[in-house]
Amino acid sequence: MAVQNLQSVTAELSPEELDAAARRDAEGQANFDRVMADDSRIEPKDWMPAAYRKTLLRQISQHAHSEIIGMQPEANWISRAPSLKRKAILMAKVQDEAGHGLYLYSAAETLGQSRDEMMDALIAGKARYSSIFNYPARTWADMGAIGWMVDGAAICNQVPLCRASYGPYGRAMVRVCKEESFHQRQGFEILLELSHGTPEQKQMAQDAVNRWYAPALMMFGPPDDDSPNSKQSMAWNIKRFSNDELRNRFVGMMMEQVKVLELTLPDKDIRFNEETKKWEHGPLDWDEFHEVLAGRGPCNSQRLERRREAHDDGAWVREAAAAYAAKQQAKQSMKTKEYAA
Amino acid sequence: MTPHGNPEVPASSATEINRSAEKVSPAVEPVETRNAWGLWEVFVRSSRGLSHVHAGSLHAPDAAMALRNARDLYTRRNEGVSIWVVPADAIAASDPDSKGSFFESPQGKDYRHATYYTKSEGVKHL
Repeated sequence: MAVQNLQSVTAELSPEELDAAARRDAEGQANFDRVMADDSRIEPKDWMPAAYRKTLLRQISQHAHSEIIGMQPEANWISRAPSLKRKAILMAKVQDEAGHGLYLYSAAETLGQSRDEMMDALIAGKARYSSIFNYPARTWADMGAIGWMVDGAAICNQVPLCRASYGPYGRAMVRVCKEESFHQRQGFEILLELSHGTPEQKQMAQDAVNRWYAPALMMFGPPDDDSPNSKQSMAWNIKRFSNDELRNRFVGMMMEQVKVLELTLPDKDIRFNEETKKWEHGPLDWDEFHEVLAGRGPCNSQRLERRREAHDDGAWVREAAAAYAAKQQAKQSMKTKEYAA
Repeated sequence: MTPHGNPEVPASSATEINRSAEKVSPAVEPVETRNAWGLWEVFVRSSRGLSHVHAGSLHAPDAAMALRNARDLYTRRNEGVSIWVVPADAIAASDPDSKGSFFESPQGKDYRHATYYTKSEGVKHL
């Protein structure tokens, strides 16, 4: 492997230093390869290829941003939830999303980027997050569809990530998955209550399912033949199943669950392929996916604007906390000096 | 590797330990020069009688805020009855590159485990 791709090499090295760095990299690479072959875990202080670090940093920080932006569609509904119980549930869920974002930022930081850098990238619109959160949540039934389908798809995607080869990422995902299952169940329950309510309520539930179906399926990412990074991520034991594999698995689960809801999925082409023993779905609009990802979705600018606003509105809290900590620190050192004197 | 370790290397590999490492939290820098809150490691005791276990990390300006944030972040579902927060800088860690030599001394010392002694197999209460 070319030396300049590896992490030990920084600019301006003498030939001897370059030799030593190349040796370190060769040893590091050998250890890394062994860990991959054993399906073991890489920890923050281990040597890792620069591209592995970069890929993880991108994936984990995008994942963290998604959790943070993902608070918005639901937070909008807290004040309009139909009962105190539903408000409490929704608040708990939104608080969980904040927590998941923080677990993931912590994991990303172990790869060498500061929290502030990641935050700045998000606020500046330079970082990506899941395209799903750029769709609007129009009715109360959307809270149900988001929980059931969006969180359902997320769980499908995230369960295999608990075994990701990077230790801090896997550990964060274990925590996330444990908490996420309530999110999906509360969404399912909202839809179930609506679909067994008045005809108008049932219609509202069906409408939400219709709108969220395709965006939820696209959460798994582009089809396998159009997903350039997948192969490498699978070789690195970050990804365990391909996008299409997970998507098909999810479709199969929804097909069973939608019967209990007495609703339908807006896809005439869903079928169980007897040969491959896999579920298949109808065509998805990948142009739309790429448009939304590129920042031209229905809510992209609104979501970013809200994030900036929240960051600015919170500035005084951060400043006050820092000022208080400094004051306490000063008091403490004064006491220590008095004691010494 | 002989059962008694390598006589060329001290059994504890004591030379590997960085004795100059900071053992206490370094003084917090004045706020003006600090651009971010410090990193804290969080340890949670899930119930009485168990040890505190590392749960994760977070950023906070001081210990009191770190504790409050840790409560909100790591015990939203009754996961704990007690929390420790430790400035990440205050933790001295073994070097992952010296993994082999630092931890090799127990290797080849099977006799430290009960399973090494097979002749007593089948003897009751032993």
